[in-house]
Amino acid sequence: MGLVLSEDQQLIRDTAKNFCGTHAPVAQLRKLRDQESADGIDRATWRQMVELGWSGIIFPERFDGTGFGYFGLGIILEETGKTLTASPLFATVVLGGSALMLGGNDAQQHAYIPKIIAGELLLALALEEGPHHAPYNIATTATRNGVDFVLNGKKVFVFDGHIADMLVVVARTSYDNASRAGITLFLVPANAAGVTCRRTLMADSRNAASIEFVNVAVGADNVLGTIDAGVSLLDDILDRACICLAAEMLGGAQEAFDRTMMYLRERKQFGVVIGSFQGLKHRAAQLYCQLELGRSAVLDALTALDERTADAPALASLAKAKLNEVYHLSSNEAVQMHGGIGMTDEFDIGFFMKRARVCEQAFGDIEFHLDRYASLDGY
Amino acid sequence: MSDVDVAEFRANTRAWLEANCPKSMRTPMPPNEMVGGGRRGRFPNPESKLWLERMAGKGWTAPMWPAAYGGGGLSVDENQVLQQELRSIRARPALTGMGLSMIGPALLEFGNDQQQREHLPKIVTGEIWWCQGYSEPGAGSDLASLQTRAVADGDEFIINGSKIWTSGADQADWMFCLVRTDPDAPKHDGISFILFDMTTPGVSVQPIRLISGQSPFCQTFLDDVRAHKRNLVYGLNKGWTVAKRLLQYERTSIGGGMGGAGRSSNELPDAAKQYVGLQDSGANQGKLRNTALRDRITQHRLNERAFKITAQRALEESKSGLAPGAFSSFLKYFGTEQNKDRLELLLQIMGNRSLGWEGDGFSEDELLTTRQWLRSKANSIEGGTSEVQLNIIAKRILNLPD
Repeated sequence: MGLVLSEDQQLIRDTAKNFCGTHAPVAQLRKLRDQESADGIDRATWRQMVELGWSGIIFPERFDGTGFGYFGLGIILEETGKTLTASPLFATVVLGGSALMLGGNDAQQHAYIPKIIAGELLLALALEEGPHHAPYNIATTATRNGVDFVLNGKKVFVFDGHIADMLVVVARTSYDNASRAGITLFLVPANAAGVTCRRTLMADSRNAASIEFVNVAVGADNVLGTIDAGVSLLDDILDRACICLAAEMLGGAQEAFDRTMMYLRERKQFGVVIGSFQGLKHRAAQLYCQLELGRSAVLDALTALDERTADAPALASLAKAKLNEVYHLSSNEAVQMHGGIGMTDEFDIGFFMKRARVCEQAFGDIEFHLDRYASLDGY
Repeated sequence: MSDVDVAEFRANTRAWLEANCPKSMRTPMPPNEMVGGGRRGRFPNPESKLWLERMAGKGWTAPMWPAAYGGGGLSVDENQVLQQELRSIRARPALTGMGLSMIGPALLEFGNDQQQREHLPKIVTGEIWWCQGYSEPGAGSDLASLQTRAVADGDEFIINGSKIWTSGADQADWMFCLVRTDPDAPKHDGISFILFDMTTPGVSVQPIRLISGQSPFCQTFLDDVRAHKRNLVYGLNKGWTVAKRLLQYERTSIGGGMGGAGRSSNELPDAAKQYVGLQDSGANQGKLRNTALRDRITQHRLNERAFKITAQRALEESKSGLAPGAFSSFLKYFGTEQNKDRLELLLQIMGNRSLGWEGDGFSEDELLTTRQWLRSKANSIEGGTSEVQLNIIAKRILNLPD
């Protein structure tokens, strides 16, 4: 069981904690926002992360990856979640990297994975088309043109869409637009003719984009996985997305909680520290319990990705549903318990609530995952 | 332990269980076949007795206690293998009770050599059934305000007072009891922890009927009960230290046991299929007819699964496996709240079928649900209320001030 960190894993965590605290604290996100950075990330910080080996962490040694698996990546994401670090780690490595590892053919893997590891290629997953996560509700079409395809459609809420060099596009090659059948994944260069990308500024000051495809020509060698039967590849990518995003959310939820506990021990009203009030203590203790449950769900789900993938779909929905709930509660309580100062932009705590909501909407809200978990269990 | 050693221990354990665990002991346990041992021990199923004797013979009723006291002397790794193998054949626990889960661990930590030698082997074999003398009519959540007095008289203490919620006191052979030995000291500093035989003159027991009907709870009256001083555990007026530690064991035992308290992990969906039904056509075919209830059931089951993983994580994190610490308050709080939620959900699922009291109009399972639902309301009261557990978490884990 991977519920307790090994020495190697503790080392990864300590390195990540130290790096994020020193080089990418919440202040960096604030600065990117205030300076209206066009990228929305700090590229120098990303280069340092690459040098630490983070871009290669899930890839096996034959690609010169570090081979620490999703568990290793999850530990790092928890730390970047604590500092709300904006980086390509999630979109490029978790989404793009998983897509290539799970669905790429030899040529695709050898062309792109070394570039991901070297920090030279940024990816994004162009999936959603509406206001809610609906992975099979795909209206974007890929119509055949000889052996090649022509893409038409519009994608929204694409993390890192505007800085990506390459897009993994989920399109429909047959059937109607709500079926699991007829879905195919494509690798599309961001600068291909007919691709228009518009950055959408989100409440969490992180990166997302709307991307339009108008008669975009895609070669047959850019099909990722199997034509018409891409849905199982998509499901596998989304399980990794949910679990890794839950790891980031755990970090954010824990940090918002820790900052709040510190405040409860310091802030005085009515002549005493407010942490002595039972009305706050019980809520804090209940939140602590929820965080512990969330941590267990994340650790077990990360372990499943590396060791027992048959459990991954259910554990992905468990981890995402639980962390949606926990980060929501933790960030709400953080603002409330900080009182007036928690409402000010000058104070950092509001950033956590904004990030929580964006994460909740990404890859399925709580109702989505309750429904999925129940369906997987046959009721 | 090397992988080879683990594999060998597993093979030997599996072979021994195969040869020694009677067939009926590999079936779900009806409540009346629970084995608590004791001088008046009853075995409605004779194979329960055989199973207890064989397990106790190996010391495996208390696998990690030292062999010198009759325990199994197993390491953490070995015990984990044993528990896995027991689970894999669905073996019933050979013996349960407060001896194994509470007073035994407390004596291992705080008892002197003579006390350990006298009491631990009889807990392992199930020879003695223990009960707990903690709460009093005037001392519930504020346990340390207890008033039962013990006054020294030569080699003995003379005890007067009354204890309540003494589960199984009408069956038990010995009581571990909190008594006030210094009424002038601050309340936590005047308490002692003492053991006595329930057949001692002056001990009388009266069962308590609960909202769920008959119960193992009793009120125990102590009138000039004489207990020998050699049965004082951990010294005069130092009983609160022992009491607190034992409460941690109790909380782990109550809360941890609740993690999978359902009849099976699919209990709720199975009941829902039976009493609510699945949609048989349309876009939601194969889903429960009541979608709001379906969400509540799933929410509950996610928490149950996360809770089980957390209990496992706590086990892996505690090196010895014997020292639960303040985390026991989390297990107690969440496990019991979860069990109450489970039974409320069952009521929703089963509708009026879950509210039968007795008679032929209902199945045995339905009648059991009614009683279990009512009984579960005590889960978050006994062993320290949920509110007390939250106070402990706030103080001991979150360092929030008084």
